Formats: sequence, C-alpha cells, structure tokens
Amino acid sequence: MADLVSHPDEVKVVSKRFGRGATNIDRYLELDGYKAVQKALAMQPDAIINEVKNSGLRGRGGAGFSTGMKWSFVPKQSAKPKYVLCNGDESEPGTCKDRLIFEHDPHAVIEGVMIAALAVGALSGYLYIRGEYRYLSIIMQRAIRDAYARGFVGKNIFGSGRNLDIYWHGGAGAYEVGEESALMESLEGKRGIPRIRPPFPAVVGLWGGPTVINNAETLANVPHIILGGAEWYANLGTPKNGGTRLFCLSGNIAKPGVYELPMGYNLKKMLYDVGGGIPNERNLKAVVPGGSSCPCLTANEIDVNMDFDSVAKAGSMLGSGGVVVVDDAQCIVKFALRTMKFYKHESCGWCIPCREGTDWLEKTLTRFHRGGGLKNDIDNMQYLSENMLGRTFCPLGDAAAMPTIAFVKKFRKEFEDHLEGRPCPYEKEGAVDQLPVMT
Amino acid sequence: MKFSDEFEIRFAEMVPHYPIKRSALVPTLLYAQDEVGFLSDAVIAEIAERLDLTELEVRNVISYYSMLTTKPRGKFNVQVCTNLSCMVRGGEQILDHCKKRLGVGNKGTTLDGLFSVEEVECIGACSWAPAAQVNYDFHENLTAEKMDRVLEDYRRKATP
Repeated sequence: MADLVSHPDEVKVVSKRFGRGATNIDRYLELDGYKAVQKALAMQPDAIINEVKNSGLRGRGGAGFSTGMKWSFVPKQSAKPKYVLCNGDESEPGTCKDRLIFEHDPHAVIEGVMIAALAVGALSGYLYIRGEYRYLSIIMQRAIRDAYARGFVGKNIFGSGRNLDIYWHGGAGAYEVGEESALMESLEGKRGIPRIRPPFPAVVGLWGGPTVINNAETLANVPHIILGGAEWYANLGTPKNGGTRLFCLSGNIAKPGVYELPMGYNLKKMLYDVGGGIPNERNLKAVVPGGSSCPCLTANEIDVNMDFDSVAKAGSMLGSGGVVVVDDAQCIVKFALRTMKFYKHESCGWCIPCREGTDWLEKTLTRFHRGGGLKNDIDNMQYLSENMLGRTFCPLGDAAAMPTIAFVKKFRKEFEDHLEGRPCPYEKEGAVDQLPVMT
Repeated sequence: MKFSDEFEIRFAEMVPHYPIKRSALVPTLLYAQDEVGFLSDAVIAEIAERLDLTELEVRNVISYYSMLTTKPRGKFNVQVCTNLSCMVRGGEQILDHCKKRLGVGNKGTTLDGLFSVEEVECIGACSWAPAAQVNYDFHENLTAEKMDRVLEDYRRKATP
C-alpha cells in the first residue's frame, strides 16, 4: 500500500524483508524466518535477556528504555499468568513505521513476541493494533493463523513441549492508548485511562499479571539480535544506542518516506542527503525530531546525531522516530496551535493539569493566531506548560507541554509578530478561521 | 438484534482469547459498527448482554474512542488528516475541498447518505501526506484533483 523508498546509507535490519513478500509464511521461512525463536528455545531465559541487554536495544516507542532491562524486571515466580503485549497503537503524529512492519513483515513481530515470552516465562502474547489499521489487522490475523497451522505457535511449539499462544487485538481510535498503562486498560475493555505507577506493568499488568510491553518495532528487532548476536547489533549504532532505527521523514521535504538508518546518523545529513533537502526553494525553519511530543530544533540546531543520548543533549528527544520538517513558509504559532489542538483532543481528562492545560493553551493559541494575542500570553503559555510537566499520571501532559515550551522559547519573535491585532503575517491567505466545531 | 455469520464467527473466536470476557469489548464494538453503520441502542444492549456488562458501561467506553459513534453517518466516511505532517503539505485544503465538494461541514453527512466528512488526527500516513481514509482505505499523496477522483470512485461504487 504505502510506497517504499531507499537510500544507499540505509542499513536494513528491520526493513530487510520489506517488499519481499514475507507476509507469506513460506517466503518468510526462506528469508531466515522462525530461526531466531528456535535458537531462543534452546537458550536459558537469562541468556536471552542478557543478549538483548548487551545489544543496546532501546524502546522504539519513544521512551528509549533498555529493552533487556525491562524484561529483567519481570519476576521469575508469579502466581498470576505473565503476558507479553506488543504495542502497535502507533498514533504519534509524524510516525508511520509500525505500519510498514505489520504490512511487510508481520511474522517478525510474532517472532519477537515469542522470544520475549520465552525470556520472561509468559504463556501468551497479545498484539494490539490501532483500529484505523484494519488492513494490517487482517494481515496480522492471517499471519497468526498460518503460524498456528504450522505448529510454530500454540501447543508444543516446534516440538519443544512448551505452549505459547499469540492473539491479536484491535483498538478504536485513541492516541493515549499508546501509553503502556492505558494500553492495558483498553485491552481489558475499558476507557484508555492511565494507571498510577508503581506498581509497574512488569509486576502488576494485564489482568493483574506481570506484563512486558514493547513497541512493535522494538519486538521486530529482537529476532535479528538473537540470530545476529548482541555484538553485531550493538556495533551498528553508537555506544548505548544499539542497532538501527526506522526514521519517518515527513513534512516539507523533497523525498519523504521511511528510511532505516543506523542509530546516531546525523540529522543534517538525514534531511539533506537522504531526504533530498527542502523543496520549492524554501529554507528550513524547524524540525520536530521524534514525533509531535518532542521539542523542535531550529535550523541552527540540526547538526545532531540521531541517537537517544545525543538528541537529549541537544534539548529534545529521539522519540518515536517521526521527523517532521517545517519550512519557512509555515507559521510556528499555527504549528504550535495544531499540535495543541491534537493534545486537547486526545487528553482523556483524568488528570486536571493535562485536561485544563491543553484546553487553555489551545484557546490561547487560537486567539493568538487570529490576532487577538496579548503580550502576557506569551509568558503565560510558557508558565502554564511548565506547570503541566511531571504533574500527570501519564506522559500525555508532558508531551503537550514540552513542544509548546520550545516553540515559545525558540520562536518568540514569531509570537510577538502576531501581537497588536495583526493577523498571521506568515500566511498568504491570513489565519484560517478555526472556530470550534459543534458535534 | 441479528448480526452476520461473519460477525458471529469472529465474536465466538475472539472471546476465549481473554481471561475476562469484557476484554473483547472494543474490537467487538468496532466490528458491530462496521455492520450496522453506527452503535444503535439495540447494538449497545445486545453487546452489553453478551459481555455481561451494563449498557452504561458500554456507553462509557464508546464515548472514549474516536472511531466509535452512536450517530448514523454516511456509507463512506471521508476522514481527512490535518495533523502536523499533513497540515504542512495541504491537509487543511484537502479537508476544505471535501467539505465544499460534498456540501457538508465537519462530521456532516450528505443528504443522500452516501458521504460523511470528518477531520481526524494522525492516521499514520505522515510520509505520504496529505492523506485521508475513506472507511478503512488509505488514500495518500492527495491533491484536490486526486481527492475528486477518489470521491467519484466511491460514488460509482455505490450506484449500481
């Protein structure tokens, strides 16, 4: 469905089987499929966890936490069943990578879930796929059925005497469900409202059992690590940031697409070599390096290596790998407004700082962009955002506040240019009327 | 309340996947909505009974998820993304174009009941922006002309 792109700098690990018909289980087996899980079956659980720890694999959903470490938090003995949950509720604006994994290599995700289950001693795994991705849930269901039919999943897998079930589950449209505790609530048939931690899901998760929750891309990396070895994988990236990453280039860029580049690839090179630069003879204004929750980088700040630690040092986050490029024809106030409109829409309303904060910020930004801004608003927006940080159950409040703080701090002049009743000076047609819509 | 055989097979297969029946609720609601067009009172009552829930509990869940609706809408729901990546590539213009072409506002339905238009948040088509989904089908790298062709194709599909 979605077009594939390629570039000579790419290092294909997760995307190795893209466009090669690997949705077909026979074809997948030809392409080294289900070899990693058989290797893992012969390994001790601790050996699997150590291998993943040593590979430097970090969560691809956005937080960048060490995957092996996460697995090691699951208690060895548990009265309740343990679970593995694959997070395929990809909804971070700017991110469209899990979609390609499910579309082109569904069995790799199944294999990743299986290896995680073997490592932590779980007997079942769930694949949560967002509701909008119906065609992918069909692909995934077929893949699971095929794996059952071959005896790879189910009772006595690969004749090992062990049982392991894999199920799919579908969402119905909610960004917040991508947060791990809300994901569990949603899978339990409830509103996707986050849970307070501790206890962490590794101890008390799905239906009260210890649960490992990993992003689909993270899990799709696991079979490659088991087969290729931790050292090989770690060496693909930079220290403490093993492997490669699917970067989704989007926005005002000449060659948008999903590119698999080594961790630590330079952002400037990514934009100008891989992405072909800014089209229409425009200049770069800002880049959102890892999905809409990440503070933007200005055109002067893009000489940064794209791994978790380097981007954090530059004051932003590597996030989910969604690189949104903004050219100088765009208005940052409007961009900030659209970002906030999204978070206001997606806030579940459970925590007051997030519910009220996103609403106030959206209202202020709307008024501001129309030319009704007051000088105080600029500082107020920053103050309001800073007071949302760290005061909510889940990171949605932070995700709304962090980019706003960066927009206000880095593009204060653009905010000032909107003052004194001036309509947006950055748009030819003037500010688009954004009256609230009655539903 | 009667559902199709396909729905019943899927439902029977899905429920035993979970230790607690209720877990099947969200996907079941979506599949029911796909058949009926919206989550009517009768659908809600039926699903509540099947999963040992109260109707209120079911409604409580429905109101959380943006894809679930208790109001009827067009046979083809045109969902245009206007989030960041789509916005900077003209997603809002595509949305406006759809509204004008079909003569309805956001979440409105055409008089013949064929089309609804809805502004949606990121649908995961960022690298192929601007994008829209008509029901579950993705349409990407859109222009106003391409959108017209897409709408025309659906209209043709509906008229025998």
